Amino acid sequence: MSAPKTLYDKIWDAHLVSEDDDGTCLLYIDRHLVHEVTSPQAFEGLRLAGRAVRAPEKTIAVPDHNVPTTLDRAKGIENEESRIQVDALDKNARDFGVNYYPVSDVRQGIVHIVGPENGWTLPGMTVVCGDSHTATHGAFGALAHGIGTSEVEHVLATQTLIQSKSKNMKVEITGKLRPGVTAKDITLAVIGETGTAGGNGHVIEYCGEAIRALSMEGRMTVCNMAIEGGARAGLIAPDETTFEYVKGRAHAPKGAQWDAAMSWWKTLFTDEGAHFDKVVTLRGEDIAPVVTWGTSPEDVLPISENVPSTEDFTGGKVEAVRRSLEYMDLTPGMKLEDIKIDVVFIGSCTNGRIEDLRAAAAVLKDRKIADGVRAMVVPGSGLVRAQAEEEGLDKIFLDAGLEWRMAGCSMCLAMNPDQLAPGERCASTSNRNFEGRQGRGGRTHLMSPAMAAAAAVTGHLTDVRKFMELEDA
Amino acid sequence: MDKFEKVTGVAAPMPLVNIDTDMIIPKNFLKTIKRTGLGVHAFAEMRYDDAGNENPDFVLNKDKYRAAQILVVGDNFGCGSSREHAPWALADYGIKAIVSTSYADIFYNNCFKNGMLPIVLPREQVDMLMSDAEKGSNARMTVDLEAQEITTSDGEVITFQIDPFKKHCLLEGLDDIGLTLNKEASIDAFETQASQSRPWV
Repeated sequence: MSAPKTLYDKIWDAHLVSEDDDGTCLLYIDRHLVHEVTSPQAFEGLRLAGRAVRAPEKTIAVPDHNVPTTLDRAKGIENEESRIQVDALDKNARDFGVNYYPVSDVRQGIVHIVGPENGWTLPGMTVVCGDSHTATHGAFGALAHGIGTSEVEHVLATQTLIQSKSKNMKVEITGKLRPGVTAKDITLAVIGETGTAGGNGHVIEYCGEAIRALSMEGRMTVCNMAIEGGARAGLIAPDETTFEYVKGRAHAPKGAQWDAAMSWWKTLFTDEGAHFDKVVTLRGEDIAPVVTWGTSPEDVLPISENVPSTEDFTGGKVEAVRRSLEYMDLTPGMKLEDIKIDVVFIGSCTNGRIEDLRAAAAVLKDRKIADGVRAMVVPGSGLVRAQAEEEGLDKIFLDAGLEWRMAGCSMCLAMNPDQLAPGERCASTSNRNFEGRQGRGGRTHLMSPAMAAAAAVTGHLTDVRKFMELEDA
Repeated sequence: MDKFEKVTGVAAPMPLVNIDTDMIIPKNFLKTIKRTGLGVHAFAEMRYDDAGNENPDFVLNKDKYRAAQILVVGDNFGCGSSREHAPWALADYGIKAIVSTSYADIFYNNCFKNGMLPIVLPREQVDMLMSDAEKGSNARMTVDLEAQEITTSDGEVITFQIDPFKKHCLLEGLDDIGLTLNKEASIDAFETQASQSRPWV
């Protein structure tokens, strides 16, 4: 009998094209997702070398980072550089014959929402994209990670990637989550525990009862931020929840192919006794609704706590915390719940799916956002937007005083006009709180959609469980 | 890609931990469709004030470090986004080698695709090189990839480890795509086999 394998080992082995004596491997890529920011130089490289895209049918392109999210966006993109980049993708997609969802297509959206939604992402696949949040697709038990533009060109030309194997890391969340605690709180709590470098050189497999209990959308939220923990990829073994989600999607297998796929997919789990190089275990019951206070995703605390001081840290982190507190304009010891906000952003590849919008709408229903707060909901795709409208969520958002936008990456990284002004503070469902991420001088607090909605209503960071108590009473 | 030759130059110290790719090249400079010309924007938000003037406190704005070819940096350098614009900006600035205890994986890989050498060393040695870099422009280090050695301004020699394939590609300035296309028969064979075993892909 062969040695027990992890899920990562199994997917790796199934995609290994060749291995050199020095351990350098060539890995076959099943799906290549492409957006406008990290691909123009790659397509240009192909042109200069006279090369074609090896597998255009396995390549899916969609503009997302630069696209406006205003309702009048059919008028075109005002910023010249953004327009050139989106136009370049349009031309490249058509010239090279890859699958393509232009801005005008209802299926357009954030690449990591479009892939799963249309059945491009399937269990056991290798998925890459010139975007670090490709980790999202690991929720299906697919080995998915971000690559640089040179590697984008390499995959376009060869449908393979030169790789050396990562180590295996297990993150287990035992037990059950308490009310008000979501997938976003899990993934932030894990990064708070491991630090942003804790997963460097590893592929994380998330497991345990609390992970199993998550929907596919929740699992995508968890895997999405594996990169913020330093891991290039996060994985969750596929199960009935996965198969149920995939079945019937536009590009999912049908009929006899579905049966064949299922018989392989059911073998995609970590064998008993397989070796993990690193193991982290959290109790689901110990996880609270959390927010970030600093400028690194590892700066996480339960909402009930206070802003820390540099004295709470050691080593190189002391200077980083001093800088963070100054940038964020926070005083050590103040209650996190006393932090006032100016802007609320609900969206992104982390939390721009229908369940995220439902969670926000549940808090916002029959309520108004606080005076002086600017809030926007940006669905992750045109299909998410359509679904939300069918359920009447758009009306809840508009009645509460939020803006209801078109699909795109928007204020997660502010490459389009959706940006924070210097000094503005945002309750955000996105994935990075780096300095200047949402606009130069802007201040970001990361949290779940329900927590962001609660902050919109009160005008300050707020424990969403207080809203739930009101509802129970 | 240019071959990596032995580098002797000024090393600039940047001890801050978790310097992310948004800091190395902010998103407003990602709208380019070229690889070149980003050096002037490297570290833009730390390097320039709101009016676009140089911030005199930023290390690369100090005369002694303007010509730096080596960066000695804090832990987990290059974390965050996969943007290759980060190594493009550093390479365009003139950086040839970086020294740290650790890098984010994607950034680390991206450096090699652009002829830049990221070196990993234990903390004590990084601390020692950080102190050496703090001496300014009179302190010039040498990075010798062939010998896998760094020589400090005091003549102390530190050896480093590197993946042999990555070393070979840097020294020879090899194009990955060309190398992989030499294995096209293996890719063809894999596709034929996969079309049988996983026809739904």
